[in-house]
Amino acid sequence: MSTVSTEYIQDYYSYPDQRGHFGKFGGLFVAETLMGPLQELREAYEKYAQDADFLREYDADLKHFVGRPSPVYFAERLTSKIGGAQIWLKREDLNHTGAHKVNNTVGQALLAKRMGKTRIIAETGAGQHGVASATVAARMGLECVVYMGAEDIKRQTANVYRMKLLGATVVPVTSGSKTLKDALNEAMRDWVTNIDDTFYIIGTVAGPHPYPAMVRDFQSIIGREARSQMLEAAGKLPNALVACVGGGSNAIGLFHEFLNDRDIELYGVEGGGDGIESGRHAAPLSAGVPGVLHGNRTYLMTDKDGQIIETHCISAGLDYPGVGPEHAWLKETGRAIYTSITDKEALVAFHELTRMEGIIPALESSHAIAYATRLARDKSPDEIILVNLSGRGDKDIHTVAELEGITV
Amino acid sequence: MSRLKTLFDALRQKKIKALIPFITAGDPQPDFTVTLMHAMVTAGASIIELGVPFSDPMADGPVIQAADERALLHHVSLLDVIEMVKQFRRDDVQTPVVLMGYLNPIEILGYQRFAELASAAGIDGVLIVDMPPEEAEEFTALMTQNSINTIFLISPTTSAKRIEKICQFASGYLYYVSLKGVTGANTLDVDSVARKLTEIRSITDLPVGVGFGIKDGETAQAVSRVADAVVVGSALVKKMAKYQNDQDLMNQKVSGILREMRSMMDAVSEN
Repeated sequence: MSTVSTEYIQDYYSYPDQRGHFGKFGGLFVAETLMGPLQELREAYEKYAQDADFLREYDADLKHFVGRPSPVYFAERLTSKIGGAQIWLKREDLNHTGAHKVNNTVGQALLAKRMGKTRIIAETGAGQHGVASATVAARMGLECVVYMGAEDIKRQTANVYRMKLLGATVVPVTSGSKTLKDALNEAMRDWVTNIDDTFYIIGTVAGPHPYPAMVRDFQSIIGREARSQMLEAAGKLPNALVACVGGGSNAIGLFHEFLNDRDIELYGVEGGGDGIESGRHAAPLSAGVPGVLHGNRTYLMTDKDGQIIETHCISAGLDYPGVGPEHAWLKETGRAIYTSITDKEALVAFHELTRMEGIIPALESSHAIAYATRLARDKSPDEIILVNLSGRGDKDIHTVAELEGITV
Repeated sequence: MSRLKTLFDALRQKKIKALIPFITAGDPQPDFTVTLMHAMVTAGASIIELGVPFSDPMADGPVIQAADERALLHHVSLLDVIEMVKQFRRDDVQTPVVLMGYLNPIEILGYQRFAELASAAGIDGVLIVDMPPEEAEEFTALMTQNSINTIFLISPTTSAKRIEKICQFASGYLYYVSLKGVTGANTLDVDSVARKLTEIRSITDLPVGVGFGIKDGETAQAVSRVADAVVVGSALVKKMAKYQNDQDLMNQKVSGILREMRSMMDAVSEN
């Protein structure tokens, strides 16, 4: 179980500190060449986060380009089948490009333009963040280069083609395990070489300060909308929030608005792969240790020598050996509970939601659905569980079909 | 007095510059490293930078990444690297050895334990690529207590204010990264390096080494005119990769590059 800090957190919104620390997590662990550009980014972000014009443009893009607000939806048939608490969904799957990722890329691309950068780079695992980055680059007329592990390129051909249609260059990464973490390494190497004209859009709440705070802020629209929508639709706030956690951006996006509402339970669901006990999973908060990777101190999947371990998870979006530092800190302080769901359980939930509600969820989000149904059984029907349905499952139908021996 | 200070004082008196080869420990095979370290000293190396292999070397180009991968095939760990230095010290108590790498292996081992083991093995300095001074307070204090120097990077994008901050934590020498980018990158502009070194020297008396983009006798000579030390990594590691199946030939090739650099650097100081 998690170690709960004895220190009482008065205000969860007073974090991170000036240097990006959430307690002992977060920070700025990068090579010297990146310190200047990160300071430039921090200053620009602090300025524009208060700038009325910038915020107006961001809100307008969220409304007219992304299609926000995304609705909350009562999953009535699923709820009655489970027979416990009500299961509600925050429909991030209905966003343009099919997931929550675009909330962040719109914000960072607007910032890139304000900073006079003409080229954006991004890393991607499943391709969702790559597509969301390529999309805003096309919309704003910026050059876009996406780094993607050679293994992931093979698994996600449709998204690779989508990015190319949008005008992006997709660079296969063949170093290390050829997956998301290596794509991130390669994007960092590009950035350090091209810092004068390039803006690096990190897709999750990890990386060096200010990325974890900045991406969180751009994603926290999810929770802000959810609060007023739940009050309007259900007449009260949810009792529990559930979201899947890879790097953790959709989870923080939902949780952040509710951090100081201490009676609302927060559950983050990691990719359990073949099961925690098998060692083949992607669950650093459930089974990892604190360490330093990709610019911040956080929970990691690392061996006894400090080398990063290869992760295993059916969904590429959860297949990452680290996690955002704010999640590490929410675990440490006991504010959120982190758990995991296996590939098999996620697949069951994938089918269940599809058949019961007519919504095909992303495999990532299926992990959250699976945990929510388990949680609902132990709660009473007047309680509400709000699940972040972070993305749609169109991108995953080939994976699911293949597992079932079907050629699509 | 630390080995690094003794060395730089002696070189200053002789008016010659330090030559610092970098190799990844355990590349291409764990039992090649100590022999190669001795060979490099014979060929004119003043200090040896020993890379600690890491699975995610974010600041390194393809050449050093491949070296890390070769070493990791043999599961070379931080403890193994410390052991190699211990072995090296049996026959060489003079040449300073600096470990260079990323923070996570040290985090997992524990700062205190690392400090004690490194000190006992005769390691003189540590350069952690992804630990800027902002995050280095506790670590630097522990290293200092154990008589290990902490070397920090300065880059073309580092402001004068930051150089001051870095110098509060740095000891042994400073490592100036001569260009934006990763290790093994291409061109080096000696004039802009000279300008930056003038700025650095107006702030500190620490010796300044220059690395990135040094690949042969000529570039080493050019840099040695302005720097206190010349660091060469990817050029050596490339040779090691090419001759990885023949240990003797590999040692000869690496030594050959260092000998050429040494003689061209010394030709400058004799002028």
